[in-house]
Amino acid sequence: MRQFDQELKDLRDGILAMAGLAEQMIDLTIQAMMERSRTKADEVMALDRNLDEWELKLDRMCVDLLALRAPAAGDLRLIASSLKIVPEIERIGDHCCNIARRATYVHPPILSTGSLERLGQETRGMVRMAVDAFIGSDAGLARTVIKADDSVDALYGHIYRELLRLMMADPLTIERASHLILVIKNWERIADQATNIAEEVLFILEGRSAKHTYLHEDSVE
Amino acid sequence: MEIEDPRPVPEPVHLHVPPPETSMRPASFVQPDLPLTDPAVLTSPTMLQVERLNLYYGSKQALFDVDLKVARNSVMSFIGPSGCGKSTLLRCLNRMNDLIDDVRVEGRVLLGDTDLYAPGTDVIALRKRAGMVFQKSNPFPKSIFENVAYGLRIQGEGDRSTLEDAVERSLKGAGLWEEVKDRLKDSAQGLSGGQQQRLCIARALAVRPEVILMDEPCSALDPIATARVEELIMELKREFTIVIVTHNMQQAARVSDHTAFFWMGKLIETGLTEKMFTNPGHRMTEDYITGRFG
Repeated sequence: MRQFDQELKDLRDGILAMAGLAEQMIDLTIQAMMERSRTKADEVMALDRNLDEWELKLDRMCVDLLALRAPAAGDLRLIASSLKIVPEIERIGDHCCNIARRATYVHPPILSTGSLERLGQETRGMVRMAVDAFIGSDAGLARTVIKADDSVDALYGHIYRELLRLMMADPLTIERASHLILVIKNWERIADQATNIAEEVLFILEGRSAKHTYLHEDSVE
Repeated sequence: MEIEDPRPVPEPVHLHVPPPETSMRPASFVQPDLPLTDPAVLTSPTMLQVERLNLYYGSKQALFDVDLKVARNSVMSFIGPSGCGKSTLLRCLNRMNDLIDDVRVEGRVLLGDTDLYAPGTDVIALRKRAGMVFQKSNPFPKSIFENVAYGLRIQGEGDRSTLEDAVERSLKGAGLWEEVKDRLKDSAQGLSGGQQQRLCIARALAVRPEVILMDEPCSALDPIATARVEELIMELKREFTIVIVTHNMQQAARVSDHTAFFWMGKLIETGLTEKMFTNPGHRMTEDYITGRFG
């Protein structure tokens, strides 16, 4: 294998490791919320430091590759998109911390259904698929992630309205509901981050931006 | 009571999935029958047009059915591995290959409306319209002034004032005037490599060509001299059409509007440079510009 190919493989492997860490944080966050576990919440926040370290390391790798290898075509798209994917993963970690630090403030439960857990699981599934699409160079899977964001948005809206209803019906729920509104907003943002990663995967694979498609539907490339 | 969601209702997401561009992205890596050509090239005003060009050195065919258009006031780079035919094609654009024995050319090359290979074409007049700058700078063993004035002199121009104006204009055009204006009578051989190459460009400009053909013009220059020539190329395209052969991928990316990739005498792909270097249509192009060729 050429040295440059090895360096590109190291970059992909690094992103995979970083994303694996983010998925681990998501799992722990879901558990911390469901089990009202301070210990697991602390674990999430401890892992965030590792994620930040990965961000710095992978940023440096990308800049070095751009400076030293003058990449073109698919190599260039991989590195340019990696520079965008890495901060998305880092933000996922930040959102997990935001959720986890509220784990002990949202009990006893005020939401009657398992909708909160479902939001976490659906978001987790999107992150997993986005990472799989990146690693497996799977454009179809990336498009599935983008479509799945609608479902998460709908679920977020549903829970949001439920929480407003609860607060109006019983002022004693306001504190917990306020925390929960921030929790679901963070889950919804993680789903957005997964969507952004999927859009970068499509750019890497197909060479055209999948973002803001309404802007270039009428334009001629 | 149904509580309204205070947020604006999000618009449904319309996924824009363009149809696969079969003409630009062949499924297989097999060389296509026809080269990939970006539509933008085909719709620009054309200065040079190559049609079904075949070239033979004796019995050996060096170019195969090359079809290519070069837009007016643009820079086109020819790239490809050694022996791919890019310099051979460049030399076809002002019939420099006529100087080589046993060369046979089929097909057409149009410079504007002029068919370069039509019987009776005035080759000297043609080379005035399409000047050539070579890999190694080749100043004549004469003064700086006489080097630039040479082309005009052999056309019969003897008026001193006219020659002085042309030399000044050409040296300014080549970005060399300020460096040499006080020593025009000095030997051109005393200039640095980068200055000599810009002098050769000035010599080409002096006869007011329409097209400038450059065969690896920076391959013997240091990075600073290279940068000056590249800046010059970008300035010159306002007035001229430029075709440049280069082995330097980054140079092709920096200076050219369009890039053409050749392999084994065949044009594989041509298109806008930014597209060729970010998302080429053909796997062979991608392999070449990313260094994975062969």
